[in-house]
Amino acid sequence: MDARIRVLVAKAGLDGHDRGVKVIARALRDAGMEVIYTGLRQTPEMIVNAALQEDVQVIGLSILSGAHRAIVPRVMELLREKNMNDVLVVVGGTIPDADAQELKKNGVTAVFQPGSSLDAIVELIRTSAVRA
Amino acid sequence: MASMASKPPADSALRETLGGIPLKEVYGPADATGGVPLPGQFPWTRGIHADMYRGRLWTMRQFSGFATPEETNRRYLYLLAQGQNGLSVAFDLPTLMGYDADHPNSAGEVGKCGVSVCSLADMETVFQGIPLDHVTVSMTINSPAPMIWAMYLAVAERQGVPWTSLSGTLQNDILKEYIAQKEYIYPPRPSMRLGTDVIEYATQHVPRFNPISISGYHIREAGSTAVQELAFTLRDGIEYVEWAIERGLPVDSFAPRLSFFFNAHNDFFEEIAKYRAARTIWANVMRDRFGARDERSMKLRFHAQTAGCSLTWQQPYNNVVRTTLQALAAVMGGTQSLHTNSLDEAYALPGEKAVTLALRTQQIIAHESGVPAVADPLGGSWFVENLTREVERAAKAYIDRIDALGGMIPAIEKGFPQSEIADASYAYQRAIESGERIIVGVNAFQAAADEHDEPVDLLQIDECAEAAQSAKLKELRESRDNSRVRATLDELRRVAEGTANTMPAILDCVRAMATTGEICDAFRDVFGTYQETGVL
Repeated sequence: MDARIRVLVAKAGLDGHDRGVKVIARALRDAGMEVIYTGLRQTPEMIVNAALQEDVQVIGLSILSGAHRAIVPRVMELLREKNMNDVLVVVGGTIPDADAQELKKNGVTAVFQPGSSLDAIVELIRTSAVRA
Repeated sequence: MASMASKPPADSALRETLGGIPLKEVYGPADATGGVPLPGQFPWTRGIHADMYRGRLWTMRQFSGFATPEETNRRYLYLLAQGQNGLSVAFDLPTLMGYDADHPNSAGEVGKCGVSVCSLADMETVFQGIPLDHVTVSMTINSPAPMIWAMYLAVAERQGVPWTSLSGTLQNDILKEYIAQKEYIYPPRPSMRLGTDVIEYATQHVPRFNPISISGYHIREAGSTAVQELAFTLRDGIEYVEWAIERGLPVDSFAPRLSFFFNAHNDFFEEIAKYRAARTIWANVMRDRFGARDERSMKLRFHAQTAGCSLTWQQPYNNVVRTTLQALAAVMGGTQSLHTNSLDEAYALPGEKAVTLALRTQQIIAHESGVPAVADPLGGSWFVENLTREVERAAKAYIDRIDALGGMIPAIEKGFPQSEIADASYAYQRAIESGERIIVGVNAFQAAADEHDEPVDLLQIDECAEAAQSAKLKELRESRDNSRVRATLDELRRVAEGTANTMPAILDCVRAMATTGEICDAFRDVFGTYQETGVL
């Protein structure tokens, strides 16, 4: 039997709006994945450290505050510094199209904008994590 | 997907409300017996005024603020010139969390969700050219509410405006932060003390200001049902009243200034029933539970905002229609003031054109639709009266459960409201996923993949806000009398350790030009900070 996919879901920055991250965490768990939730107000350093300690294949970042342009590049940079290039990063939140393109260029696997379906998110993580 | 668009699956909106209350095909006289008193009469189910909007329209109050105090000031002057009659200040996340713009935790967040206010100087800039006795100002600030309000009061002093002529509303509702929005700094009990300090100080010194806006809005945005929004909000209100009475304030001295803030979501009649039930329950609670004698203590006044969480990223122009229906529900439910969301808010903070359209939506309802001419136009509808009672009954059952848990603070510590909301929000998302709940443009009637139209004039927040605010802070710290700042902060810590009202000491810090972060840190030293256990 395949090992279960391990996902760290994280709330980055000062934003406390955790409706989305909680829904995603439950959906991934219902889909059979192991989900670790960081809780609120995590810095990029805390998130990457947690990902390392928990040995996850995927980091899901939830950002609704508009701070994605500062936070996500920092997470990517730390992952590269720690040779964790095999960890997939998926971002969800209020992210305009142009910013989503930028984040993907920076190595983010997928950006889920408002209205994304849970099934699509589960499916993407499942297929990408298997390939990785 | 195409087949879903042409033949929707069992659409739950045809059987039950958005919150899951079952609906009959048709209602008749047997569903609404007993009658309801007229608008302007206890328990004000039908509205707090006999003549409702004939006497005075609702206040059109658009929540706004972004980037630097200078830019926000420009937006306010624009909105006032467009006919808006009240201001509503949005602060950025560092300010909401009590950090200065140059704190490491503020990186990337300065000016993003609102305006950055680090000191009295920033607050003065926000209201440059706006005499505070000519506008009513609402401020959405919770954990640092006493500090930000002190800055506002100090701006009034500098403008030469007496505090007795200030009117407006401070959100100052910390309980819903633990329940839903999660922007708290200190643990619940010291936070409740600070909130009560504000209520007491307003009662004594700023009598026309609403010192609290007890908010269901954020509870709903976090995914609650309409009934949960209503019940948790009113139970929060009960908690605040208990603390103020415990402080020694007679109920009728402060209760007339308590105000409320509700969401206006998609289900038209359920929302109207919610507002009507809110007034009914509150009037009875204030009279019977707290022995209020003054009718003003029993009348629930509220602000409404259309539901941000209902806005879709897909086909964003549909949001104008959603917002119009939601605004109409708030007006037909008897709101005292209203914010209408802009069509582009699933993308970013609203651009100027989108904000103007949102304001025009209210003006069209007010002046073209004819709806405001008659108080509670749906009163006596068998359906609406029945639904009002259903919502009231279900909300009261929740209030009883929280009473049984020992009140709202123990309920929060047990995670009760949080897990009720998380369950409701997950069930809602699952219903969208299955197609049982249809969201136009999202899970039905979708545009082709290449037809996505992002609104054109998205607001770009100047990335310079962080640098500009940090530079101002550096200059401030160099130019002010730092020994006076230290002395006022030391005195504040001393007062915080005791039981006296902290407002006078906070005002002294603000006048000495202590920063938002420094004042909040002084309280952190005394109260500690709060971490929730992340409940999934």
